[in-house]
Amino acid sequence: MTVLVIAEHDNVSLKSATLNVVMAATQTSKFTDGLVHVLIMGHKAESVVLAAAQITGVAKVIYVDGTQFAHGLAENVAAQVLTIAGQYSHVMFPSTASGKNVAPRLAAKLDVAQISDVTKIESSDTFERPIYAGNAIATVQSTDAIKVLTVRTTGFDAAIATGGAATVDSVAAVAGSRNTTFVGSEIARNDRPELTAAKVIVSGGRALGSNEKFMEIMTPLADKLAAAMGASRAAVDAGYAPNDWQVGQTGKIVAPQLYIAVGISGAIQHLAGMKDSKVIVAINMDADAPIFSVADYGLVADLFVAVPELVSAL
Amino acid sequence: MKIIVPVKRVVDYNVKVRVRSDNSGVDIANVKMSMNPFDEIAIEEAVRLKEKGVATEIIAVSCGVTLCQETLRTAMAIGADRAILVESNEDLQPLAVAKLLKALVDKEQPGLIILGKQAIDDDCNQTGQMLAALADLPQVAFASKVEITDGKASVTREVDGGLETLLVTLPAVITADLRLNEPRYATLPNIMKAKKKPLEIVKPEDLGVDVSPRLKTIKVSEPPKRSAGIMVPDVATLVAKLKNEAKVI
Repeated sequence: MTVLVIAEHDNVSLKSATLNVVMAATQTSKFTDGLVHVLIMGHKAESVVLAAAQITGVAKVIYVDGTQFAHGLAENVAAQVLTIAGQYSHVMFPSTASGKNVAPRLAAKLDVAQISDVTKIESSDTFERPIYAGNAIATVQSTDAIKVLTVRTTGFDAAIATGGAATVDSVAAVAGSRNTTFVGSEIARNDRPELTAAKVIVSGGRALGSNEKFMEIMTPLADKLAAAMGASRAAVDAGYAPNDWQVGQTGKIVAPQLYIAVGISGAIQHLAGMKDSKVIVAINMDADAPIFSVADYGLVADLFVAVPELVSAL
Repeated sequence: MKIIVPVKRVVDYNVKVRVRSDNSGVDIANVKMSMNPFDEIAIEEAVRLKEKGVATEIIAVSCGVTLCQETLRTAMAIGADRAILVESNEDLQPLAVAKLLKALVDKEQPGLIILGKQAIDDDCNQTGQMLAALADLPQVAFASKVEITDGKASVTREVDGGLETLLVTLPAVITADLRLNEPRYATLPNIMKAKKKPLEIVKPEDLGVDVSPRLKTIKVSEPPKRSAGIMVPDVATLVAKLKNEAKVI
């Protein structure tokens, strides 16, 4: 049977996480002899539909337009997916804030278990997922008729964004919930690559000491490497960096080519978010810091000296 | 208004768990257990709402083995008024827990249910959303600020890229993110008082809920080990290694 991918977008552009989910869906469809469909719920999101139709591997794009989908409210999105979910063997969401918000709601409405943060598809009903902050990998088998999954985007390569020629269908929107209203949002604008999709990430910890120091030390390094900026929970809690920069079990899960951890001790919860990075560099004063146990290259040094030196050496 | 706060007993967040050698699961025998950190935040928020006069009663609920009573006593020491344990030795998965909670919501008719956003053992991040779906209530996941006025909750939530604010009519389900508050410690007098607070024990059958697991765990294995790294003496060596050996810059 066919696999349904729920697209992530902001009504203007398709988020790259969707490409990783399409890859996971394509792998799954090989086991089910089915196709891959992408569902886009949004408002005036035609540009997103065009982008999705070009992804290699997508057979059909289903578009639902309505003001009730403009902000991706879980109640409305889950109700809409529910109308067509019965036609699919798998419904896949990216394991992002929005996917995690909606997928369990849909699963409960379907009376099926939901499988979170899938990192590997073993067969049409068997999946791998990390548990205990990534300290163990569970292989789970679902007996439910419809599998509702969230896909850890760093576990799958991105599907190719071009070369596809999917058909586009529009379907009618279900009515929106009257019990939830969107009031507003504060989305930080920045020109840096998105944290979860960046090739290089420079991440700072509590050792930076203040917001001013954090920005003064880390920004030139990020600029030089065209990197996204991340932070440990300690740095975020201390107000040195914004919340959505947090890398870890409860923040973002990243797996860039290069992860540079500066002044981060490396608590279990932080490692959970970055230990699948290809190359990890740690710069820390404390030679016993746990971060050095996962670092490919470790430098024991004062970050206030070493980082500017690194910037000028690059 | 009543508030229900579900709490889970999990392996303490500081413990580095080990996978059993037969790959049947992680070894949690003789390991320190605590209340899931996100659930502490949920309880704290409920207590603050009671201190503001918004809530009248806080009911802590836990589903699982007999020892979950300790977790419920902790919740009562922080400020919950009474507790309900849904006792079961089954492997209770999020859907089953959500169904048990739905049955309790039907019975207790709370104005608000506050859960943690995820449990740090199964890392699922599902139960709150599932409960909202089953009880047909509005949901706000990953809350970092909650304000209640006139039967509505204005909730700021953490999303990728920043924050967003939603207004939901009560009753509603809210899941707590890290930044919602700083949970208080239970004081010794409050721990003593909590021993006298009522703790009711029910069984899933009493609530008419089938809790049999839907997902079968085939095996649990160690994550792939990273090969040992090297220490470099200075920045120049680091840059050279990154350029020539790792070829990442």
